[in-house]
Amino acid sequence: MAKKKTTKKTAKKTAKKKSSRKASTGRSGVVSKQRDKETIGKITSLAQSVAKDGLAQREPSIEIPIRSVSNMKYNARKRILEMGSSTQHRELFNVGQARKFMQMLLVSKGCRDLIEAEKTLSLRGMYYMSLHTIEGTNEKTFNEQTESDGILEDLEVTIDGLREELHVFAKKRGTMVGNITVVDNGDEIDCRRMGTGGYAIPSICEPSVIQFKDCNADFILHVEKDTVWSRFNEDRFWEKHNCILTEGSGQPPRGVRRLLHRMHKELDIPVYCLLDCDPWGHYIYSVIKQGSINLAFESQRMAIPDAKFIGIRAEDYDRCKLTSDVKIALNDRDITRAKQIMDYPWFADKRPWKKEIKTMLNNGFKMEVESLITKDISYVSEVYVPQRLKDGDFLD
Amino acid sequence: MPTTTRKKKTARKGSTSGRVTAETLAKGQREISVSEFFAKNRHLLGFDNPRKALLTAVKEAVDNALDACEEAGILPDIHVRLLQKDESRFKLTIRDNGPGIVRSQIESIFGKLLYGSKFHRMKMSRGQQGIGISAAGMYGLMTTGKPVHIVSKTSRRKPPQDVVLKIDTSKNRAEVVSEKEDPKKDSLFPGGTGTQVMIELEGRYQKGRQSIDEYLEQTAIANPHAQITWVTPTNETIEFPRAVEDLPDEAKEIKPHPKGIELGTLIQMLERTESKSLSAFLQDEFSRVGQRKASELAKTADKLSEKTITPRTRVSQLGHAEAECLYKAIQEASIMAPPTDCLVPIGSRALLAGLLKEVQAEFFAAATRPPTVYRGNPFQMEVAIAFGGNLGADESARILRFANRVPLLYQQSACSSFKAVVETSWKNYGLAQPRNSLPVGPLVVLVHMASVWVPFTSESKEAIADYDEIRKEMKLALQECGRKLGTYLRRRKQMKKQSERRGIFERYIGEIATSCHALAGTDQKKLYDALLKQAARKTKEADQKLDLDGNVVGARKLEQDEDVIILADRQPNAAPEPDGLFQDDLVPAKRKRTTRKKTKKKSRKTSRRSS
Repeated sequence: MAKKKTTKKTAKKTAKKKSSRKASTGRSGVVSKQRDKETIGKITSLAQSVAKDGLAQREPSIEIPIRSVSNMKYNARKRILEMGSSTQHRELFNVGQARKFMQMLLVSKGCRDLIEAEKTLSLRGMYYMSLHTIEGTNEKTFNEQTESDGILEDLEVTIDGLREELHVFAKKRGTMVGNITVVDNGDEIDCRRMGTGGYAIPSICEPSVIQFKDCNADFILHVEKDTVWSRFNEDRFWEKHNCILTEGSGQPPRGVRRLLHRMHKELDIPVYCLLDCDPWGHYIYSVIKQGSINLAFESQRMAIPDAKFIGIRAEDYDRCKLTSDVKIALNDRDITRAKQIMDYPWFADKRPWKKEIKTMLNNGFKMEVESLITKDISYVSEVYVPQRLKDGDFLD
Repeated sequence: MPTTTRKKKTARKGSTSGRVTAETLAKGQREISVSEFFAKNRHLLGFDNPRKALLTAVKEAVDNALDACEEAGILPDIHVRLLQKDESRFKLTIRDNGPGIVRSQIESIFGKLLYGSKFHRMKMSRGQQGIGISAAGMYGLMTTGKPVHIVSKTSRRKPPQDVVLKIDTSKNRAEVVSEKEDPKKDSLFPGGTGTQVMIELEGRYQKGRQSIDEYLEQTAIANPHAQITWVTPTNETIEFPRAVEDLPDEAKEIKPHPKGIELGTLIQMLERTESKSLSAFLQDEFSRVGQRKASELAKTADKLSEKTITPRTRVSQLGHAEAECLYKAIQEASIMAPPTDCLVPIGSRALLAGLLKEVQAEFFAAATRPPTVYRGNPFQMEVAIAFGGNLGADESARILRFANRVPLLYQQSACSSFKAVVETSWKNYGLAQPRNSLPVGPLVVLVHMASVWVPFTSESKEAIADYDEIRKEMKLALQECGRKLGTYLRRRKQMKKQSERRGIFERYIGEIATSCHALAGTDQKKLYDALLKQAARKTKEADQKLDLDGNVVGARKLEQDEDVIILADRQPNAAPEPDGLFQDDLVPAKRKRTTRKKTKKKSRKTSRRSS
């Protein structure tokens, strides 16, 4: 026990140091401490309820909101996906759930320790943090990282806390460049001077970590992947059109979505998306706009209902007079997925979108953003996007 | 005397029961010597090859010995000894403690084919035709030229008779080679009476399936009241000890049932009977026919016949046509089923005792069906199964077939019992069963048919004929045993599952207590104990629930079932004792472990922290 106290003390000391530094640079050191305290409180009460049930000879169980399509609904007024109210009970005395029940408490403990130490860990780190062999057996607490990832998401929804609040982050993905300066953990970063690489968007983009400063951009252009992003960056598109250029490496991670959301809300600038003309591109747009099914509980903080879809459009094949070389035939999976997306309630009442997907299905092929290179190397950044922006030709 | 022989042989050839009068049938026949017939047809009697011949000789002698002992009310004590004289020549000695044979009968019993008491009666016994032992003697004589040597003692006060018989095959009569009273041989019969037969014969001795060893083992199972000592050619003595001290009840003799005879038999009976009137004939010769039933049958026959038939019609006046009408009348009439008290089953308990001493299994169950009738012959099925233990788990089930307590070793797949086992759906009872074949698993199935007349597919008595009624009864008995096995296996599985469940909970409880202690500051040991107690209660509840969920036999009930034996020590991986599961004294035992666990955990935790 003595040992433990000393570790705590040192942790506090470092925390003090940190917060003093933060106080000088930014504003939210105190806020974050406040939130950490709340999170710890939630975790503690979770453990307390388990212990209380156990001591009172009641069956311990944890109520977890269900993270699946069945418990997700589209809020037409807010235009975002929200998690429903269905919950499941995770019980200790249920052969199928006992292990997960135990893992839940282990992850809770891991997160608590992490918050107390004022450090953050990756998902992989979290996996190792809670990993050990159960006393008296040769069974490991976790067999693989996917197990702990799922448990962490369960914990997030259970205590209604965010992953960031639990001090866990996902793999870093996504890049940004443009007419903005951000403060990242006290370091000022001028996104106009990021060279060819761009600013790597961190996994945690909470106000406590990132603050915006000095932004003159008129809009944000989000592209699907870094190849396209590089094209725009090389052509200094953001400079010419006074915008912010972001990229999410396919399905954008939480960090990118959170950052887009915050810039859109806090700086009041519109978001345009340039994505492939295929069901996956459409779904990326849907996630940015309404939120994802898996993280429906975070839509409130991530979705951008006003985001617009620039292209690539199915009609662009004719409109831009592309050659048949760029056609990529739709396979069965694409077709099934496209039909699924068309039936999502948030697409259901949008005629243009239905028409768009139908056109793609009728075409029988998909197109990547890069296909515009067949016209000219910089056709996309110098002709295609500016034209659409000028015409206001978007899908909503 | 030769006439008798011929008579009976014909009867056998025609494979009908009842007596044959020579006058009608022998006219066109030339006399065939018994040896001629036998030489040509030895396979019919089970002497097809040297190995089987040896087994058949043992079998016939042992069957006779057991029958003799039981009829005399003596608990059988049988010695079998096989001495190898040279490569293919053996000397077989079989001795029993039965009543012995009176001197005047010795020649007839051992020297004459088709002489016996069993053929002409409807009574449950091992032998049927009266061929057995004399055929073995004749086979010996034919293959080695050596006569049969019999020693018999009928009373404590009389010295044993030592007789050497040579069978005159052409005359079907025994010739006495030598005879003497030999008081020195008294020591052979400590019980005061008994018979010893020595036959020298050609044969081949081999262990394994269909061997003398297997036959004796199975005989011991079906006759747990018998004590059998077996001395092999390698001079090894194997004892099959007695498992029950009670002799089976003596079987009663019954008259044939009208529905059980065929037209030919009926005609023969009409010709042979001593009764004068039809009514008397029906009443005297058949069971379950009284005066009223006889009149009814006569009336029905009258309607069918051109000639008038009344109950008072003289039997001698009934011709072939009238007999046919009578036969039809019998088929149409409803006649009470034959009495079944003539059957003596082995009985579930004796069956279990027999299996228990010869089969190394963990679970035994037996079922005895009520007696039923096929074609007018009363019969009764018994089934016992043994499961698990040292039995081979990857092999097909082994079937032990018995008819009137005699093991059947050959022609398994032709036997009705085999078909019944295959047709039974063992999957329902938790066993694997490939399509149209025997179940696979550590299983021994014993099927016993007790009947006044067992319908064999051939004269060598190797397989039971496939009558629907018989197969149905077999299946019902198999299902009864199977259900008990299924209950047992389900329970065994449940017990395993429960202990696994408990294991799962216990494994995680420690982690949970540690986490809760770290997060909420709860007393780790208190929480651990509380959760453990709940785990024990939880799994116990689950046990009970599963039992209520429509399992036919509950945990206790299976143990109380008299027809079931479970040997817990032969169960695999020593599954926990079912009763121990719920006892409260388990909790303190676990508690001890708890404290040990906790201290270990603490030390581990500190070490992790310091590192």
